[in-house]
Amino acid sequence: MKSLAELAAIRERMKDKVAMRESDGNLRVSVGMATCGIAAGARPVLNAFVEKVTEAGLAEKVTVTQTGCIGICQYEPVVEVFENGKDKVTYVKMTAEKVAEIVEQHLKNGNVVEKYTIGGYKA
Amino acid sequence: MKELSLNVLDITQNSITAGANNIDISLILDAHGILTLSITDDGCGMTEETVRNVINPFYTTRTTRKVGMGIPLLKLASEQTGGQLTISSKHISEHPSDHGTVISATFDTKHLDFTPVGDMVSTICTIIQGHPEVDYTFRHETGEISVQLDTKELRAALGEGIPLSEFEVINWIAEFLREQYQNKN
Repeated sequence: MKSLAELAAIRERMKDKVAMRESDGNLRVSVGMATCGIAAGARPVLNAFVEKVTEAGLAEKVTVTQTGCIGICQYEPVVEVFENGKDKVTYVKMTAEKVAEIVEQHLKNGNVVEKYTIGGYKA
Repeated sequence: MKELSLNVLDITQNSITAGANNIDISLILDAHGILTLSITDDGCGMTEETVRNVINPFYTTRTTRKVGMGIPLLKLASEQTGGQLTISSKHISEHPSDHGTVISATFDTKHLDFTPVGDMVSTICTIIQGHPEVDYTFRHETGEISVQLDTKELRAALGEGIPLSEFEVINWIAEFLREQYQNKN
């Protein structure tokens, strides 16, 4: 049985890490979670980002957030990546499979996965 | 929407946009197979005129586009089973101390056009991950199962400084809920 005592153990493990994270993170992944995004499959995309970012050990560098409709509903699920000092990257028609590649190549190694961006999709 | 749980995820965003501090989500199945979904919040509420408008797909508060499908889609999912959607709301301008909205929808789960509830665990975890500052209660009762969550209790156990959106915490919540779903009465 899960018990609330386990949360106290998580607190002990996490308290130093969380304090550090707030100052460090400079990459933000934003998943569109309005009606259009949700209907197109944004929920598994968001969950995949949360999972893969943590698995890749990037939790201190990357925050995963949710946003509303950005007005390009036909391309949902849409994911935007914001990085300090760089142009925003917009990934479109996202799937959980694409997430693994984006985490590995873009978030970890800094190489934008052009073929999944809105520019790559139109071309 | 492929699952009702996706409608729940979508409709709950309205409560968050309304500035709610507390959101209750409940799914109760009665002995006749009628499922009642209720989402109750203490957000800013809506005026009577807005309540009349929100069931119209061509009404939306968003500025990025002109169509709002959230409530119409939930209404459709309910009515296609013979159920109905009701909204009652108190706007902050008229009810400064007890404002908020209750949206309820009923579904005949035996109807051919009933959309399956789907993955509520994923929906609840997604909602909390997105807005960990809000307090939520969740209850899903079917007679066979009884699933409950109260984030105030989790927060008390977790103490200050660890947001509910932490990966380990979200994972714990997912397992906590899944365990209750597997625990048949």
